[in-house]
Amino acid sequence: MVKKEMIAMLLAGGQGSRLGVLTSKTAKPAVSFGGKYRIIDFPLSNCINSGIDTVGVMTQYMPLKLNQHVGIGIPWDLDRNVGGVTVLSPYESSGKSGYFAGTADAIYQNLEYMDYYNPDYVLILSGDHIYKMDYELMLENHKQKGAAISIAAMEVPMEEASRFGIVVTDDNDTIVEFQEKPKVPKSNKASMGIYIFDYKVLKNALLACEHIPNLDFGMHVIPYCFENGNKIISYEFQGYWKDVGTLSSYWEANMDLISLIPEFNLYEEYWRVYTKSESIPPMFVGENGAIKGSIVGDESEIYGTVENSVIGSDVIIGEGSVVKDSIIMNHTRIGENVIIDKAVIAENCEIEDKVVLGSADFEDAENTFAPHIYNHGLVAVGQNSYIPYKVKVGKNVAIFGKTTPEDYPNRELPTGEALIK
Amino acid sequence: MKTIGIILAGGNSKKLGALSDRRATAAMPVAGSYRAIDFALSSMSNSGMQKVGVITQYNSKSLHEHLSSSKWWDFGRKQGGLYTFTPTLTNKNDFWYRGTADAIYQNIDFLKKSHEPYVAIAAGDGIYKLNYNDVLKYHIEKGADITIVAKDMAGVDEDITRFGIIEKDETGAVVGFEEKPENPKTTLVSTGIYIMRRRHLISELERCAEEGKYDLVKDIMLPAMAEKRAYVFELSGYWKNISTVDAYAQVNKDFLKKEVRDYFFKQHPGIYTQVADLPPAKYNEGSSVKNSIVATGCVINGSVEGSVLFKDVYVGNNVTIKNSIILNDVYIGDNTVLENCIVESRDTLRPGTNYVGEDGYKIVVEKNERYIL
Repeated sequence: MVKKEMIAMLLAGGQGSRLGVLTSKTAKPAVSFGGKYRIIDFPLSNCINSGIDTVGVMTQYMPLKLNQHVGIGIPWDLDRNVGGVTVLSPYESSGKSGYFAGTADAIYQNLEYMDYYNPDYVLILSGDHIYKMDYELMLENHKQKGAAISIAAMEVPMEEASRFGIVVTDDNDTIVEFQEKPKVPKSNKASMGIYIFDYKVLKNALLACEHIPNLDFGMHVIPYCFENGNKIISYEFQGYWKDVGTLSSYWEANMDLISLIPEFNLYEEYWRVYTKSESIPPMFVGENGAIKGSIVGDESEIYGTVENSVIGSDVIIGEGSVVKDSIIMNHTRIGENVIIDKAVIAENCEIEDKVVLGSADFEDAENTFAPHIYNHGLVAVGQNSYIPYKVKVGKNVAIFGKTTPEDYPNRELPTGEALIK
Repeated sequence: MKTIGIILAGGNSKKLGALSDRRATAAMPVAGSYRAIDFALSSMSNSGMQKVGVITQYNSKSLHEHLSSSKWWDFGRKQGGLYTFTPTLTNKNDFWYRGTADAIYQNIDFLKKSHEPYVAIAAGDGIYKLNYNDVLKYHIEKGADITIVAKDMAGVDEDITRFGIIEKDETGAVVGFEEKPENPKTTLVSTGIYIMRRRHLISELERCAEEGKYDLVKDIMLPAMAEKRAYVFELSGYWKNISTVDAYAQVNKDFLKKEVRDYFFKQHPGIYTQVADLPPAKYNEGSSVKNSIVATGCVINGSVEGSVLFKDVYVGNNVTIKNSIILNDVYIGDNTVLENCIVESRDTLRPGTNYVGEDGYKIVVEKNERYIL
């Protein structure tokens, strides 16, 4: 009979709507990050580096890219005879049909998968965090403390604590109270959304809660376990951890990579991050190319100026173009004499010559379409978009689709506008 | 595909100087991310060949490391796969491969156990793309015993006296062949790629073994030519060979040209290689890189011009690199100046090193210890 001590369940089905046009065509975990990676590479690499060789990846929203990327798990050494990576998509059954209705519902619908591996522990992960973490240490701590559930938590500044789910612990790290985005936080330990469950406890709780609509870990399952007297402890994580769930936090996390010695260092020999490389060839810098304070992916060709930016693989930046404080993802073409200031441009876009993105010539304005998403002065351009010759675009702007010159009155898209086709 | 492949990767080239001390020519790093043999392997894989044997002999450690998994070139199937053949001592023989024909003869089981009707033989030190389906079609049309793939080097700045020079008639049949002639009669150069029937190769190899002959060109090809049974297939795209220092440097510098990069990197099908799990190249504040190739994992603080940086190269502050080729995993300390140099892989250059190749390229092999921090 198959036996695995701990398996991981990775929640990768969410849309990540706060990333705006970046996730119009792709699930959040499949969004590019750091030049050659995708967000899901971080939890997957953590798994294999922690010795976890069985990972169920639950997909739902726009899974094509994600499925292609994960495949049979070769880049992460997760192609195994027993275990390895399995993509778990929603399925129909005779009783009910349907999509995963909440984080815990997704796990509940895959009880059969977990039962097959007969695990003692199940690690619950989400696909939208950038960090390096040894889950094995977390498991050791879990066993030592005799916990039923461990929740990874990290200290955040007290003034920011009200943005997070907060755990309040006693001296032995046992959790005595949960506070969801509290106005008056009693502690500054924020839950990272990473859990280790005793499998029996998890299974019982899921079966007991199955009737609850939109079954969620934070709202239903963990409170249920807590009320039933299970020992829940907090496991303190120290190190770099970033939720890249919003456009601005996504941008910031990318910018964190380009400092001289980044706090989150991809260049260490130890704890490598693996990915499926779409490009093998080296990159090229042209005669008039200039790159400073930036990282650039394979196969890219840089003929213009790149400063303080993260450039993906197979990107072309034409002569005379200047890219600053921006993120440009794989396979995007930037024409000549283009100016790009503080933009996030998704994969496979084409920006024609003499376009200006992030122009400061317009009057300051909040985004009219979704101000909670498009802010911090960023220009967001969704996957496969086209921006025609010589248009000028302001800040706090979203563009998605094959736009034409007619979409830009006076060749302009002022600050705060959205152009979504 | 009706063809199996054999890559002759056992050779060493004295003309590569100190670079050949470390590895077989076929394992030489090329174009930032690759090794020479990737071009032969990828051409075979892209042509649909499923079964390829690589014959190694000289200093094959790097090569074996590189070939440790066959998945990069999409081999490793139940039907077929990637095989490596190193010389082995047996009851019957106690010697190394005595020549190219002997090398294949000693592994003749590989040929006998296959069922594909044709065999392609390629050298491991060529840089090219080739669709073997085209060669095979030509071979069958001509009813040839052997088809030799050749490249017309007219107009290419290259010393062709180090190659086999072919003369052909208007039908494409080979009428003359000279190995390394002082005064070449034509500019048609043998690429060391051949295609022939598998059964025919087996019988020719057995004949050679009986007669105590060991060379593929001299003992199998030349007799076929004499009978006008050998034909020439002309390769139209890029082809070069890397077996001298100058040629090696020139091939790498060719990749600074857009048309060469586009041909190999952007046009389908691509060239495959072992994937290095390294982060993207990083350019810090003081960096200035112009007209250069930079592979994955590099960290650059200094200035680089007209050069090729292979994987995982660290360039320190205030470093100047001009017209140089820096192989994999080299650490270049601050204030170093390099011009017209080829720096051997895994080298560590102490701060303030100054090397300039005066008359051609200088091969830099330092033996400084490096400790991983």
